[in-house]
Amino acid sequence: MCLAVPMRVEDIKGSRARVESAGVIMEVDVSMVPEVMPGEYVIVHAGFAIERLKPDEAEETLNLIRQMVDAMEEDERESKGPLGRIGR
Amino acid sequence: MKYLEEFRDLELSHKLADGIRRRVKPFQDREIVLMEVCGTHTMAIHKFGIKGMLPESVKLLSGPGCPVCVTPNEYMDRAVALARREDVILTTFGDMMRVPGSSSSLEKVRARGADIRMVYSCRDSLPLAREHPDKKIVFLGVGFETTSPTIAATLEEAEKQGVRNFYVLCGHKLIPPAMKALVENRDVKVQGFICPAHVSTIIGAEPYQFLADEYGIPCVIAGFEPLDILQGVAMLVRMIIEERPAVMNQYQRVAHLRGNPIAQQLLSRVFETCSSAWRGIGEIPASGYRISDALAHRDAGRVIDVEVEPLREHKGCRCGEILQGLIDPCQCPLYAETCTPENPIGPCMVSSEGTCAAYYKYVGIQPDLSKGGQG
Amino acid sequence: MAGPGKNSGSEGPGGHVLLAHGDGGLLTRRLIEDLFLPSFDNPELHPLLDAARIRMESKNLAFTTDSHVVNPIFFPGSDIGRLSVFGSCNDLAVMGARPEYLSCGFILEEGLEFEVLERVVRSMQDAASSVPVKIVTGDTKVVERGAADRVFINTSGVGPRLAWPSLGRAIKPGDVVISSGTLGDHGMAILAARGNLALKVPIESDCASIWPLVDALYQDKIGVKWMRDPTRGGLATALNELVAGTALAVALEEKSIPVKESVDSACEILGLDPLYMANEGKILVVVKSGDASRTLEVLRSEPLGKNAAIIGRIEKEPPGRVLLRTGIGGTRLMGLLSGNPLPRIC
Repeated sequence: MCLAVPMRVEDIKGSRARVESAGVIMEVDVSMVPEVMPGEYVIVHAGFAIERLKPDEAEETLNLIRQMVDAMEEDERESKGPLGRIGR
Repeated sequence: MKYLEEFRDLELSHKLADGIRRRVKPFQDREIVLMEVCGTHTMAIHKFGIKGMLPESVKLLSGPGCPVCVTPNEYMDRAVALARREDVILTTFGDMMRVPGSSSSLEKVRARGADIRMVYSCRDSLPLAREHPDKKIVFLGVGFETTSPTIAATLEEAEKQGVRNFYVLCGHKLIPPAMKALVENRDVKVQGFICPAHVSTIIGAEPYQFLADEYGIPCVIAGFEPLDILQGVAMLVRMIIEERPAVMNQYQRVAHLRGNPIAQQLLSRVFETCSSAWRGIGEIPASGYRISDALAHRDAGRVIDVEVEPLREHKGCRCGEILQGLIDPCQCPLYAETCTPENPIGPCMVSSEGTCAAYYKYVGIQPDLSKGGQG
Repeated sequence: MAGPGKNSGSEGPGGHVLLAHGDGGLLTRRLIEDLFLPSFDNPELHPLLDAARIRMESKNLAFTTDSHVVNPIFFPGSDIGRLSVFGSCNDLAVMGARPEYLSCGFILEEGLEFEVLERVVRSMQDAASSVPVKIVTGDTKVVERGAADRVFINTSGVGPRLAWPSLGRAIKPGDVVISSGTLGDHGMAILAARGNLALKVPIESDCASIWPLVDALYQDKIGVKWMRDPTRGGLATALNELVAGTALAVALEEKSIPVKESVDSACEILGLDPLYMANEGKILVVVKSGDASRTLEVLRSEPLGKNAAIIGRIEKEPPGRVLLRTGIGGTRLMGLLSGNPLPRIC
C-alpha cells in the first residue's frame, strides 16, 4: 500500500529536493521532513519525502535481531541440558 | 547503505524463523492468528515466501490493506461520470485505471475519449491545471494515511498558488478504525496485528493503542523486508504467549512512535474524519476523510455536478470476505475461473496489491508452491 | 545528397511532408529519388520497380515482418529507424537465419519535417550497413495530420537459414536458460524518454543487431536448441511462449538475472517489473547443461554479450509455467502480462 523507496538527498532548494538512487534522479517535496540534510536518506512516496531513514537505528535493529536469534539459540541449548536431551 | 539488502539476509531470516518455531513449540495445539493490513505487506509475505518459513500453528491473514480494494463501486462510478464530462481532465494513480465500477472503468471510458492521465504524484496535477485553465483537473484521492498527506499538501499548494481549477474527489480512508471494525466482528479471530510501516510512519503508535488496551491485541509496526516481518512476527508471538499486549515499533529506522507531526497537522488542516463505506465491510464510523469546509470549493464531490449510474454489485464477488481475512482467494468461486488478472471482477484481483492478485501471482492455482522449505 | 527538402519549392515552408508525397506522382518520385534511393543505395533497389528481384542460394528461408510505432521516435541510444531495421534482422537471427534483404514501408504524417525524415532514413541506412542487410524495396504513404504519430515504419525481412542441426531439438529438464545481458533497458529508456515520468533515468536503449551473437554461437557450433529476442513483454513473455502448453517449466533464479541497478531502482520507485519490459538487443538461448559454460564464454567474448549469464533451468513442474525463485525462498509464478504495466503507487 505504501510503495515507498529510500533515496539519497543530493540537493535542497526550499521545499524541493533532488534525490537519487542508483543513478535514478527525482525531485520531491520535503516539507514533511524540514530538518533533512543533503547526504541523508529519505523515504519517498508519491513525490513526497515522508520521513528520514536513520542508519544508526537500522544498525540497532539488525543488532537486536542478531541478539534475538542468539538468545533463541541459547534457550534451545539450555533446554537440552547436560545430557544433550531435549527436555521441556 | 540503504538497508535493504541487510534486511533480506537469507541466513538470518531462517534463523529467526527457526526461533519462532521453537518459541511456539510448547504450545503446538494453540493456533496463533496474525493479520497484516497493508498491501505491501501482503506482497512481501508472498514474494519472500514468509508463510512457508513459519510454523504451521502461526497463521498470517491479509486484511483490508489495499486502498484500491476497499474503494466502493459508488466512488468508481462517480469517477467515471466525472471523466465523461468534456470539461474534466481526471488525474489518478495508475492502480485505479482497471478497477471495475458498476458497469464501466476508467480504462474503458478512456478508450471512448475521456481525458484521463496517470500521475505518479498528486502534485503533477497542478502544472496540468495551469496548462488547461478552461478545464477542471480532478484528482482521484484514494489511499491510506501514507498518501493522504500528499494530497493535503497539494490542496494547500493549489490554494497558495491560486490554481483555481484543481479539485480532488476524496476517497481517503484511515486504517485504525477498520482494525476496530475487524476485531468487533466475531467471525474475525485475530490475535495480533502487523501494522503498516508507512501509515505508521505518519500516524505513529498511538492510534493502535486501543487495540492493546481495550481488546488485549498486541500490535507491531514492521517494515517490509523479510527480517522486518519475521522480527515483527517474533515480537507478536512473544506478546501473545506472555499475554502482555502492547504496541511496539520494529521499524525504528524510519517510523517514530509519535509519527510525523507535520504530516498529522497537514491532515487535520485539510481533512475532517467522516463515516466511510468500505467495500465488503460496510460503513465504518470515522474511517474516511472528507475535504474540510474551508476547502469545499475544491471538493469535486460537492461542486462538480454529475449523474452517477445506479449502483450494481457483481453477484458472486466475495471480495468483502477476502478483505476481512475470512476466506482465502481460492475459496472464492470466481477466483481464477471468471476472475483473473486479465479479466478482474472485483478489486482484490485488479489492484496490483490486492489479496487475490498477490495470491494469483505468487501461488497461482496450486497452493503448494509457496510451502518450500517447511520445517 | 541534397534531399527533397532543400530546393524543390513545392514541399511547403521549412520542408515538410505533404499529402502529395504519398500519391504516387511527381512528389513521391522525388522523395524516392532524392532521399530513399541515395540512402539505401544498392543494386536491387536501383531499378525502382514494383518489386525487387533477388536471389538467394538456399531454399530454406526465414521471413518476418514488424511494424514500428514507437513514441517518441528519437530516444536515448536509438530511434525508430534503427529499431525498425534491427527489429526485423533480429527476428531472423533468432530463427537461425542470416538477415539478407529488408523491405520498408513508411506511413508518414502530413506535416512531418523533412529533417526528421532524413535523420530517420540515415539512421536506417547506418543500421542496415552495420548488420549488413540490404533494403531493397519500399513504399511510402502519407496520411492527414493526426492520423499517424509522425512516422510508422514496417519492415519485412528475409534470409537463408543456417545449417544448425541443434536448433529446434527437443528441450529437456536440466537444460539451461541463458540471457546475453541485462534486461529491461529498452522498455525503461522509452518510458523515461516520454518525458512524463517523474524521474530521470540514466538509461539508454540497448537497441542493437544481435546477429554477431548468433553468428558467434553458430561459428563455434554451440548446440543451441532455442533462441528468442525478448522484445515486447520482456523476458517473462518470451519464456512463457517457450513452455506454454508443454510438459515443461522454466525455473528462474531471481538473483542470477542481470538487471542494471538504475533500471531496478526506477522500477522499484514506479512499481514496474523489469522482467516484463522490452529489450531490443538481447537474446535468450536454451542449451544442454553441458554446453552452458562454453555458451557463456562465446557470448561474453562479444561486446554485446559481456553480461551474459545463466538465468534459470528447464524443469518439469509446474508444467507450462514460468517460475521465479526469489532470493529468500519464495517462488513467484510469472504469467503473461495483462494490460499495460501501470506505474504503481499503492
